[in-house]
Amino acid sequence: MIQLRNIRKVFNEGRPNEYIALHDLSLTIAAHQVTALTGPSGSGKTTLLSLLGCMARPTAGRIVLQGREITSLPERFLTDIRRKTFGFIFQQFNLLGGISVIENVMLPAYPLGQPFSTLKPQALGLLELFNLAHKAAAKVEWLSGGEAQRTAIARALVNHPEVIIADEPTAHLDTRLSREFMDIMGDFKAQGKTILIASHDPLVHESPVVDRVVRMRDGRITDSGVI
Amino acid sequence: MIRSIEKQRNILDFTLSSLWRRRGKNLALLVVYTLVVFSLGSVMFFTQALKNEAAIILRGTPEIIVQKLVAGRHELIPVAYAQKITAIRGVEAVKDRLWGYYFDPIGRANYTLMVPESIDLKDNEIVVGAGISRVRQVFRGNAMLLRTYDGRPISFLIKGILSPESELLSSDLLLISAAGFRQLFGVPRHDATDLTVQVFNKKEIPTIAGKIVNTLPDTRVITRDEILRTYDAVFDWRGGIMIAILAGAVLAFLIFAWDKAAGLSAEEKREIGILKAIGWETTDVLQMKFWEGMVVSLSSFFIGVILAYFHIFYASATLFEPVLKGWSTLYPAFSLTPFISGYQIAILFFFTVLPYTVATIIPAWRAATIDPDVVMRY
Repeated sequence: MIQLRNIRKVFNEGRPNEYIALHDLSLTIAAHQVTALTGPSGSGKTTLLSLLGCMARPTAGRIVLQGREITSLPERFLTDIRRKTFGFIFQQFNLLGGISVIENVMLPAYPLGQPFSTLKPQALGLLELFNLAHKAAAKVEWLSGGEAQRTAIARALVNHPEVIIADEPTAHLDTRLSREFMDIMGDFKAQGKTILIASHDPLVHESPVVDRVVRMRDGRITDSGVI
Repeated sequence: MIRSIEKQRNILDFTLSSLWRRRGKNLALLVVYTLVVFSLGSVMFFTQALKNEAAIILRGTPEIIVQKLVAGRHELIPVAYAQKITAIRGVEAVKDRLWGYYFDPIGRANYTLMVPESIDLKDNEIVVGAGISRVRQVFRGNAMLLRTYDGRPISFLIKGILSPESELLSSDLLLISAAGFRQLFGVPRHDATDLTVQVFNKKEIPTIAGKIVNTLPDTRVITRDEILRTYDAVFDWRGGIMIAILAGAVLAFLIFAWDKAAGLSAEEKREIGILKAIGWETTDVLQMKFWEGMVVSLSSFFIGVILAYFHIFYASATLFEPVLKGWSTLYPAFSLTPFISGYQIAILFFFTVLPYTVATIIPAWRAATIDPDVVMRY
């Protein structure tokens, strides 16, 4: 599904604070599986996720998504791929404060020009799926950690993505909510979605839902986890 | 096409709820912005309406006025000059006029005295403007005492008060008979203040004016166009004073707007990053910021313009009265005829809405071009 070929990512290239986040890294992510990236802080998990999710470009190397080379695409096309193919769940949830739960869920669909009359029921349906329909009109500041997490998941699904990318999704959750999160990921896998999770939480990479664990350190893959 | 409209509707919808989230900041901006548009709009409407009013009134003024000059100063003109002017080809009629100024120590104001052509007044009768009536507390049928040039008091009977509709020019006006005028100021029978000339063909006005100067070298010839130009200059000057005062306010507004609109807070930058990460393009973010700027600036613009309109045309420009109104020391209380030109609105729009929109778009563009992966690192 996604192939990374000799990927290198350098931040602040040519400056005194130059930092190499990924060194000549190659990886193939299979479709309809749950892949976990694990490793200590600074190992390059988040950088790798952002490259996989078309949020950033590599300094060198190629990324191939469903047979199409996407590294050299202009920003417009990359954004289009990002919003149609990927749904993101961030470590801090990254919900927008001051607006309602349902507005947060609908946000990724706004630029696609989907009529409000169909978008709203669709967002409500997602909230129902996560037992949040009663909180649709509530402001996100009033949500508990678990509710905010589920709102973020609903938002990631609004554009029907094939791939779900989650960065340290359990960092702010207790054990029960973390397990609940992994169960939801299991459901998505059963629906045929591809899931990529970056986490150093054993609850994630030791979960039976996970098919493959890729271990990283210092911007390199130490164990590609191929079964 | 429909998708594009829906997209704009969605973005606008989000923009409005975004504005509401930061309502404290945005309301403060709206109030200051409205005040600036209101002040500038008031000055523009007022000066333009005054010019317009004056132009309407001056339509009835003579085509050519001839005044005698002595050492560069306006002097009384011999009535006999009228015959020499009548002899010039193309001149239809020449009339002599009597007018002047009178300082009234009681009212502590200058009055404009005129001998009217159309109103028949007896030697001891006068008609006064509404301003004089107010200051001196005199009304129709009362007597009003004036002092002659040599200090003798003369009593005049007030035959009427001028209608308030023409108050712009008539507030301090006092109409008097020719005999009364001559008695009051000691003007000899063979002299007049100036002469008015009517011509057959309006296109010949400049030629005839030239011929009058040639025939009577000690005179000054004033055409109606020149008077209109003077009025324009006077009103522009008055408007200019207000603009100069307001320049400070405008500058303060620009600094305020720059600070509030241009300086995106860290929170706003983070939000732009989130929007990009969840699939918004740079252009989508820019469109949102454009709508945001338009909502604030257009609302302020329309509220400001409407308030200015009511202030000038329905509230008699109360706030600007001391600076903009008044011909002598009397401040005429009058209502202006509502008048707005597209040009004025365009100028106002250009100086308020445009700078604000640019001020909001540029920093948003800088923030919108950041890589979306930045939000992954918060």
